[in-house]
Parts: sequence; structure tokens; C-alpha cells
Amino acid sequence: MRSPLIPEMATQEVQLNETLTHLKTESETLKSKLEDERAKLHDVELHQVAEKVEGLGQFVMKTRRTLKGHGNKVLCMDWCKDKRRIVSSSQVTHFMLLKTFMLLEHAVTMPCTWVMACAYAPSGCAVACGGLDNKCSVYPLSLDKNENLAAKKKSVAMHTNYLSACSFTNSDMQILTSSGDGTCALWDVESGQLLQSFHGHAADVLCLDLAPSETGNTFVSGGCDKKANVWDMRSGQCIQSFETHESDINSVRYYPSGDAFASGSDDATCRLYDLRADREVAIYSKESIIFGVSSVDFSLSGRLLFGGYNDYTINVWDVLKGTRVSILFGHENRVSTLRVSPDGTAFCTGSWDHTLRIWA
Amino acid sequence: HTHTHTHTHTHTQAERMYCMFSCFPVLLEMQDLKTGVKSQPQRLVITTIPHAITGEDIISWLADRFQVDTQEARSFGSMLVALGYIYPLQDHKRLVIKPDASLYRFQTPYFWPTQQWPVEDTDYAIYLAKRNIRKKGILELHEQEHYNRLHKWMNHKWDFIVMQAKEQYRAAKERKKPDRVVFDCQERAYWVVHRPPPGTVSAMDYGLDRLIDPNADEVTGESLLVKYCATYNSHDPFLSKCLPSNPWLTDDVTYWTLNMPYVEMPTKMRVERWTFSFAELLSDPRGRNDFRLFLKKEFSGENLAFWESCEDLKWGEAATMSEKAEHIYKTFLARGAPRWINIDGKTMEITVKGLKHPHRYVLDAAQTHIYMLMKKDSYGRYQKSPVFKETVKKAICPEEDAQLEQNAKKRRPSLSPIILRQMEQEQRAKMAATVDITQVMSKLSKQRKEAPPPPCPPPCPPPKK
Repeated sequence: MRSPLIPEMATQEVQLNETLTHLKTESETLKSKLEDERAKLHDVELHQVAEKVEGLGQFVMKTRRTLKGHGNKVLCMDWCKDKRRIVSSSQVTHFMLLKTFMLLEHAVTMPCTWVMACAYAPSGCAVACGGLDNKCSVYPLSLDKNENLAAKKKSVAMHTNYLSACSFTNSDMQILTSSGDGTCALWDVESGQLLQSFHGHAADVLCLDLAPSETGNTFVSGGCDKKANVWDMRSGQCIQSFETHESDINSVRYYPSGDAFASGSDDATCRLYDLRADREVAIYSKESIIFGVSSVDFSLSGRLLFGGYNDYTINVWDVLKGTRVSILFGHENRVSTLRVSPDGTAFCTGSWDHTLRIWA
Repeated sequence: HTHTHTHTHTHTQAERMYCMFSCFPVLLEMQDLKTGVKSQPQRLVITTIPHAITGEDIISWLADRFQVDTQEARSFGSMLVALGYIYPLQDHKRLVIKPDASLYRFQTPYFWPTQQWPVEDTDYAIYLAKRNIRKKGILELHEQEHYNRLHKWMNHKWDFIVMQAKEQYRAAKERKKPDRVVFDCQERAYWVVHRPPPGTVSAMDYGLDRLIDPNADEVTGESLLVKYCATYNSHDPFLSKCLPSNPWLTDDVTYWTLNMPYVEMPTKMRVERWTFSFAELLSDPRGRNDFRLFLKKEFSGENLAFWESCEDLKWGEAATMSEKAEHIYKTFLARGAPRWINIDGKTMEITVKGLKHPHRYVLDAAQTHIYMLMKKDSYGRYQKSPVFKETVKKAICPEEDAQLEQNAKKRRPSLSPIILRQMEQEQRAKMAATVDITQVMSKLSKQRKEAPPPPCPPPCPPPKK
């Protein structure tokens, strides 16, 4: 309801000046008020929507397996769809296949250092990896433990700078890669043919993740340009872009439903982006966390976000409430890679301390 | 002077009337002392009205400023009047600019439409009550009708309204006459804009409220995340217990054994997930097989087979792509095809045209159509079907088992994925041989052609993490 006070009229001159000043101030005030109003509606944050959601209880998460054997910095790992095997790669020449449940291993030597990317094929019958060699190669696996896997390797992707990440699509026959050359690309494994390239990042692309959507035709990438881009695999177009991080984005991961994705950055924060709302809806940060996030992944329900950090710790976040529920210690150097197992029963971390750990 | 600005307009309404804000820059310019519209005090009856401007001056200023003809300038000027930023001193009910010496004034910001919009009935009631106090019988017919209506609906706060009206009336009396006259004009003009007489066109009329606020979707978007978390909470091993136990904690692999991709009897939890979404059902190999069985009984197995073939085309080898596309066309799309799928004419046209120069996504339109068909129709019926009910009945519910020590000794290596793949391929070959034979045979007998090779279902895309 309007105030009953009425503007007083003074002399003609004074009144006019007043009106003009008033007009100018009104104009500015109203402009910013309109923006505020719109911003208010835009800025309904996730934790506000989730106010009525029950809080999480205490967590007891411990290291259940420690996997040694690399002898140098572990850079990347991926789970096999069978939920118990992993492939991991490291700073010096090899990737390893670990039947983690059993702690047996099968090592392969690669002719390059810093194997920054590795991935398990959906069938579980091949792995892909690459790094400073600017390539992504696929190694078909064998039942024969003594077989030299390097002999059968296929060179698939060729970038003009280091390979930062790779992922098979829904079959063993296509691979998606990201590179320090600022591009992402889709390749046909059998022929090595480039099927589609994705241009748009202004600097090194550091990570990517394929969408789990029903029609599965998009993926998200993160780069040194602080941007997270969502791409249409069919056209090669960037369909959505988010730039709210203050530094390099080291990791991106889709929320299980495909409606959102999380990112981890050197700016020490993780963020959640809602694809329908086309904006950031949550930031996961704490004053006491100042080191960068190297990798992120969600628990099966999407309620928990696990982050591996450069200060050797793992922080567990309540995705809906925005609060940190747990901090895990154990690694003795940077946590460089983190993935939740396909059935969500555990997550695995790889570290510069030469080990991998399984947590549950 | 102080007054509170309340912005009670909803986002939608404000967006719809964005023009209310867009004219600010022009209004400022018009009132510039040096370069704005010429203004001077005008004598009107016994009072002097400051800053009056003529219609013709407004029009010529606008024409010059915007470099348009007088007709357009007049039209624009009239909109400023219709919105309530300029008001006529004579003929106050006609909200237009007259191209002559008729007088106008700029409305005081206090009465700008942006201050509080939409305007509240309470304020209107106070205004009418105030005028009534001043001089009974002064209200016009439509105002009288409003007054009666408001008196009825606001009866519970009528005392407050009368009190406010009296207060305003008293305050007005304390003002100097010229100011009072000016204010009365301004106020009257305000209400002409916001409570127009019947039969007049009002600029405040913006039509219907739009139902879908694109920004409202954001809230829904985020609550989708909340909903997903709630749905899957009991399935998240970090939040709820795995039954019988989490293998990483107890070294007992029963959980994994019970949840193998092609297990005969799925667990109750697993079957429950199939009901969460069609995508869940399809992405679980065991679920997809159950669905396939159901479709077979309905004689619509070709839909799923087609969808799987499209997946194979999209994600498969580049070298065999054209060949595959051709095969799919012959099996599912061509006239008289043995497993002909029912898609609408337009989609069929686009698809057939695209197949002349096939690429990985050439079947997208058709695939989406069939996917939606299965999702919206078959999926629902599947959940009510005897096939599904049977599966639910037979589903296992393992009990919790937290034995630790003994289990560690029982650790065994799991089957290599290479072996598993071989086993899968064998099973699929078996199934392909038996699928929809009756349909194929009946079509064959009609056409008297040679039987095409039975379509080999492609590898089941594994569920995304």
C-alpha cells in the first residue's frame, strides 16, 4: 500500500530541479531494482530449494584397498563396467590393469611419459590411453597375461598437443578426446578417422564427460579458459557455455540424471550447473580449502559429490545442501584422479604418492 | 519527502510491460531545462499551473528528436500519456496528445506506473473515499460502481480505508492552493490511467497472464535434482545399505553375483529401478530383455529392434556404417519390410531422404519417434503386464550379511570381461534366431521372397555411471 505522504510543492524552479533530480535517481533506482528482481528469480539457489530435504547422517568412509605398483605419480584411472577392475596410468610409461578386488595386476609399457588419460572400453575388452605423445591409442586386452599388449595397439587420435582426457562413447568403436591444443574430437577406433571436431575453447581443454541422457548426444568439457562447454556431438556446435570459475577447470562430471553437471577447478571450488536453468546453482567451497580440485564425481543418487584436492585430501559434499559432510585423509601427495565405481559401491582415487585407494 | 516503493509486480507482469521502463531516457530528455520541451506557467481559471506544455510543442519536439513525421510523433506522445507519464490538463479522460495548444504536464514520479504495479484496490478505495468525503455525489457512475463493489469486498478493512482517506484529505487541506490543485490533477490523471472509464482503451491492459514463466522452470529444474536424489537415495550404496553387503566392506561378492548383467532372477531393488524411468529399464540388460519379452507378446518387438539398430549405427564402426544403414532400411523402413515399423509420414519422408547420403545420425528422427512411442505407450503397459508382474514376484530380496573374516579368505578372481563378452554374444545369437519368427514368416508367405538374414541385435549400451 502506498504511503499517505504527499510530495510537497515549492517554488517553480526548485520544484523542477527536484523533479529532474528525482527523475534521474528514480530511473537508476528502478533500473537496478528491476535487475535485482530478475536476478532474485534467477538466483534461487539449490540449497534454498532443498531446505526441506532431510540432512545426511555421519559417514564412515575408509580406505578399503591400497594399490601400489606404479612406482611413480598416478595421473588417471577408470573403472571397468564389471565394477571391480580398473585401469590406471602414470607419469612414467605405463598403464596398469588392476583386478582391484584381487589386487592382481597386468602392466603395459607405453613409449611416452605422462600418460594423463586412460579409459576402459564399455565391453571391458580394451583400454585407451595417451598423454604427452599427443595421441590416444587403443589396446585390445587379452586373456593371456604374458601377451605383449603394446604389439596390438591401435593409434586412433592425433592431436597437435597433449592428450588430457579420453572416453569411449556407448561402444568400443568410438572415442572422444580432449587436448592441450584447445579442441575436443570424436574418432572412429577401427580406422582412426576423425568423425567430428569441437572448437570453442580458448585454451587447453583439460577434461570431458559424456552425458547419460536418453538420447545421449552431448558431452561437457572444461578448460584453462575457465569455461565449461556443452557440445552437440552431431553438429560439433557448442550449445551451452558456463564461465563462473576463477581459474582452470580440471574436471567435469554429469549428475546421474544428465540434467546438471559438476566442475572442479584450481580456484578451490566445485560448482554445479543446471542445464535447464542454464546457470550455476551451487558452489561447494570453504574458507579452509585453498588448494585446487583435480577431479570430481557423484555418488549413484547424485546426493554426494566427491572431490579430490591438491592438498592431498578428499572432500565429500552434500550436493543439495551445499555443505561439506566429510573430509578424508590418507594420501601423501596430491589426489590427481577420482572416480566412483559403476554401481556406486565405492570410489577410487589416484595420487602423486604413487598409490591408488578404494574408499567405501 | 520520503515514500516507500513497493515492487509488488510479478516478474511476468513486469516483463510484459517492459515498455513502462523503456521510456525513461526519453522522459528525462524531454524535461531538460535547456533542450527539453518548452514549458511555461499557464493560467487556468484562477490558478497558475507550473510547467505546462502544449500538445503541439510535445509533438514537434518528438518529431525532431526521433527524426520522424508528426503523425508518428503524435502516436508516440499519446503512448506516453496512455502509460501515465504525461497527463492532459483539459479533457482529462482522453489520454491522447492533441496537435494544438492543449495543455499537458509531466506526471510526478510519485504517480509513475512503475512505482507500484499492478495498482492495488486498497489505494483506489482510499482515493474514492477521499473524494466522497470532500464532496458527496462527485463520483462518476463507473466510479460509484467501483466504490460500491470495493465497499462490499473490503468491508473488513473499511474503517482503515476511511481513516486513510480522512488523513489524506486533512493533509491536503494544509497545502497551498496551487499545490493542491496540481496534486489533485496528478492524482486524478493517475486513476484515469489505472481505473479507466468503461469503453476506453487502456495501455495497462496487457492481455492474459502467460502460464509458462521461463524462469519458473528454474525452480522446477532444481527441484528435479532434489527429486532424483530422493528417488535414488535407497539405491545409493553410500547412503543406504547394499544387500546382502557392500563387497568392498565385507569381501563378500554376493552383491555383484546377484546383480550380474544377464542374471536369471534380478533383485527387487534392481527391478524397482526399472520403474523409475524408461531410460533405466533400457540401460539395464536384464531389464531390456524383460521388456523385449513383453514386446514379443504384443507383436511389437520390431520397435525395440529398430531402436537397437539405430544405436548400433550411431556408435558403431565408421567403415560399416553405410552397409548398416542400408540393412536397417530394408528390414524396418522399406515398403513390405519384414519388420516394418510404424512411423508418421513426415518422419518417414525425412528418413528416406537422408538415407540417400547416410551418416551416423541419419536415423535420429525415426529413432526418437520410436523411442517416444515405446516410452509413452509400451513402457506403461509393460509395468502392468503379466511379464513384469511375474518378474517382480520372482525377484530376490537378499538379507543382510555382515560376515567379514571368513569372506576375506574366500576371495576369488572374477570372470574376465573377455569371457563374459563371448558368453553374451552366444546368448544374443540364440535369441536372434527365435525372435518374431511368426511375423517374418507371415510376411514372407505374402511376398514369396527369400528370407532376409535375421537382424542381429547390437551390443547393449552399458548404463552410464
